[in-house]
Amino acid sequence: MTSEVDQVEAAGGDPGGADRAAERTSSDAPSRRDKPVRRVDRVIIRFAGDSGDGMQLTGDRFTSETAAFGNDLSTLPNFPAEIRAPQGTLPGVSSFQLHFADHDILTPGDAPNVLVAMNPAALKANLADLPRGAEIIVDTDEFTKRALAKVGYAADPLADGSLSGYHLHKVPLTTLTLEALKDSGLQRKDAGRAKNMFALGLLSWMYHRPTEGTEKFLRGKFAGKPAIAEANIKAFRAGWNFGETTEDFAVSYEVPPAKLPAGTYRNISGNLALSYGLIAAAQRSGLPLFLGSYPITPASDILHELSKHKNFGVRTFQAEDEIAGIGAALGAAFGGALGVTTTSGPGVALKSETIGLAVSLELPLLVVDIQRGGPSTGLPTKTEQADLLQAMFGRNGEAPVPIVAPATPAECFGAALEAARIAVTYRTPVMLLSDGYLANGSEPWRIPAVDELPLISPDFASEPNAEGGAFHPYRRDPRTLARPWAVPGTAGLEHRIGGIEKQDGTGNISYDPANHDLMVRTRQAKVDGIAVPRLEVDDPSGRARVLAIGWGSTYGPITAAVRRVRADGGEIAQAHLRNLNPFPANLSSVLRGYDKVIVPEMNLGQLALLLRAKYLVDAESYNQVRGLPFKAAQLADVLWAAIGTLDGETR
Amino acid sequence: MSDFPALHLVPKADAPQTARDFKTDQEVRWCPGCGDYVILNAVQSFMPELGIRRENTVFISGIGCSSRFPYYMNTYGVHSIHGRAPAIATGLATSRRDLSVWVVTGDGDALSIGGNHLIHALRRNVNLKILLFNNRIYGLTKGQYSPTSELGKITKSTPMGSLDAPFNPVSLALGAEATFVARTIDSDRPHLTSVLRAAAQHQGTALVEIYQNCNIFNDGAFDVLKDAASAERALIRLTHGEPIAFGTRGVFRHPSTGELEVREVTDANRADLLVHDAHSPSPVTAFALSRLADNDTLHQTPVGIFRDVDRPVYDTLMADQLEAAVAQKGPGDLGALLTGSDTWTVA
Repeated sequence: MTSEVDQVEAAGGDPGGADRAAERTSSDAPSRRDKPVRRVDRVIIRFAGDSGDGMQLTGDRFTSETAAFGNDLSTLPNFPAEIRAPQGTLPGVSSFQLHFADHDILTPGDAPNVLVAMNPAALKANLADLPRGAEIIVDTDEFTKRALAKVGYAADPLADGSLSGYHLHKVPLTTLTLEALKDSGLQRKDAGRAKNMFALGLLSWMYHRPTEGTEKFLRGKFAGKPAIAEANIKAFRAGWNFGETTEDFAVSYEVPPAKLPAGTYRNISGNLALSYGLIAAAQRSGLPLFLGSYPITPASDILHELSKHKNFGVRTFQAEDEIAGIGAALGAAFGGALGVTTTSGPGVALKSETIGLAVSLELPLLVVDIQRGGPSTGLPTKTEQADLLQAMFGRNGEAPVPIVAPATPAECFGAALEAARIAVTYRTPVMLLSDGYLANGSEPWRIPAVDELPLISPDFASEPNAEGGAFHPYRRDPRTLARPWAVPGTAGLEHRIGGIEKQDGTGNISYDPANHDLMVRTRQAKVDGIAVPRLEVDDPSGRARVLAIGWGSTYGPITAAVRRVRADGGEIAQAHLRNLNPFPANLSSVLRGYDKVIVPEMNLGQLALLLRAKYLVDAESYNQVRGLPFKAAQLADVLWAAIGTLDGETR
Repeated sequence: MSDFPALHLVPKADAPQTARDFKTDQEVRWCPGCGDYVILNAVQSFMPELGIRRENTVFISGIGCSSRFPYYMNTYGVHSIHGRAPAIATGLATSRRDLSVWVVTGDGDALSIGGNHLIHALRRNVNLKILLFNNRIYGLTKGQYSPTSELGKITKSTPMGSLDAPFNPVSLALGAEATFVARTIDSDRPHLTSVLRAAAQHQGTALVEIYQNCNIFNDGAFDVLKDAASAERALIRLTHGEPIAFGTRGVFRHPSTGELEVREVTDANRADLLVHDAHSPSPVTAFALSRLADNDTLHQTPVGIFRDVDRPVYDTLMADQLEAAVAQKGPGDLGALLTGSDTWTVA
């Protein structure tokens, strides 16, 4: 949830962990508990293990339990590109971080209060992120000499005192799981695989999570293998009971539900929200949805999701390559469909020529880029926002393309509708820039009523529009500069269009110099004239001299940083761009209203370059390209530094 | 009038049409004497035979001389980008089954830059009719060798002769699981029309290779098949159900190796002549026929329909899945989808 600014996240910015988070009364703890219960306002948990240990599933389940409980939450899955990297190695570590709270939060959290480490590699890879005093739960069974040596531990960190600054729970997770399942009839190897559910059960006890959902989920997931389902449920319950009975876990924690705006909520990831947004756009425009796509991380989940919904008339076409994916989508658009192609940066590079064709044909088309680390194959499973300039300029000739960028996972839903609105209204390809963090991260989403969603009018051409009953495919609407969309099957409007320059109006091939100049300028003017919402500025005191401006998934960390600064008495303004081409009309005046403009980006300054070039402002970049989101504390320091440089100057 | 089962979902024309109905007001800009003119005329004359509404006909092309074709057809049309016409046409044909979709392409467009899209369209068996104008040269870029040019061809980019072995488009299509593969020649209007008719009748992807003369950069490339005297020895006409014979010779299957071979026909061996079966489930003999031609001289070049078989059509399968999904789950309910199964309410 990101709708309301709340100072509590800032107040809780102390990374001291659950123990030191705001502690409240425990009088209303569940009576069945014999142990003390501590109430905290937020917790950050990281599950880490081998990429075969089921950490993503464990994290997903804990997230679902947490969503069902009514906390606000934000997640950060982080996994290697290899399906099964060498076992027990640092590159093979997969993790899932979840931040949940009794109030509105914006990020998956800077530093975990709790780390669950299923092996030495998971401990080693994640320890640096933990604040002193954090709780660490390790599977001691995996801390063998060989496993320790594999990741370069000279001595056993569980025994050498190096973890004395943390609250270490040494739990033989594998042994306990095997013991719990000794009568299950399962082979030792299969039984041992349920240890992630044991860990989940333990954490569910520690944080008072409801357990029915997970049991129901396991029964459904292993419907064909009831023995496996029961074993997992048994391990899950054993983990819960272990927490309740063992001395090692003296207290459990309660995080009360968050007070979110009224409504019905569900938890949703960015890629799921985007998929639903595309279906909603098709329904609200009355256009059949056609997806042409080639599998690529981290976009494939949209192809998978849309493939499930053929009863909405959704056609999904897994093409032979990226070019065919967009080609088929464009062909479908010529036929009157809502044509969509989904990909990541390398795929956009391959699709560039066809995007240019769509610019020239002036047909509606959605190009969804789930950005990942680049260049080339780069970091396929990690996040980055370095495709902005590719989206803006990555084509031959003057080929302007509108750009829409959601700021949070749930916003991907509305972004898909907005991209479709622009594409259909203005007959143009539109780039939708999401990223790996938004795609896989999740948060609660207030489910909108269908009749509240915007309607999109395709307004197909049905009549001749020129003298003598002729049809001129490039005779434009003077208001939007959009050309008529006449689909095959419409009698009397037969026409031919192509990538060669067209004569204004008639659409006939034309090499006339003045006409080309006119057409290039007209296509640009059409995109420049697209109506986009005003840029909202958050400047509560109205006295801030520094503006932090960003785009895309940096919204969470920037907003959390802004809250920290304000909680500590700083004055800072914030604005976040959802429309990057064209920019909101008031952007120029917003930028000029501040003495200093800071632009944090997960690239080397692409938005900053655009702002400097277009508005002649001395926008200052703050950049990180680590494949991971910014941390709020890190950005707060940057904002304070910016305020500090101004305080040293006289006005 | 013929029956066109592949077009059964396409609305019928209200009144008979003529070739004139399919001509546009655009000036045709191919070089004078280009083989493309006669193909255009043949197609425009043939289209009325389909009996479908003009507005439900779409021509999609890539880049190259032949790809200007859509501008001259008074139907819907897209002149797209190099090599991508089969992909664009696939999206259109699978989402609009009420259309008759034609692809016009050339040897460079279809077999070089667009080779991937061509083979995948063929294996999917989308309801597309692909007309591949093969002039064995790059015309629009002014005379470089193409993927069908004979080995050693001297061109601007290969002054010492080209080094790459050519594709045989018919062999390629058969290898790509095509369900309909034919070859014809620009100058033979009746044969060209008969092949177009068979392609239009076919349900699924039809590949028609049309030998087309480029009188500027590769003039006379197919003369050996056009000249009455040399055609006697060079041209093999394939007719379904007929023995394969040409001039004094014919095609026989070697009894032990199974290979096809060309021999003089005598009274003694006449009964052993290979009988052409375009509907054979196996593509083996069709492929063997495609290999009879000599790439350099074009001697023993078969023309006609090599293969014409039934296989499920991609766009039909896709539509069936959509219907099955509705039957299983009911028509999509957006509200229910957005809500899902795991929700909580904040008052």
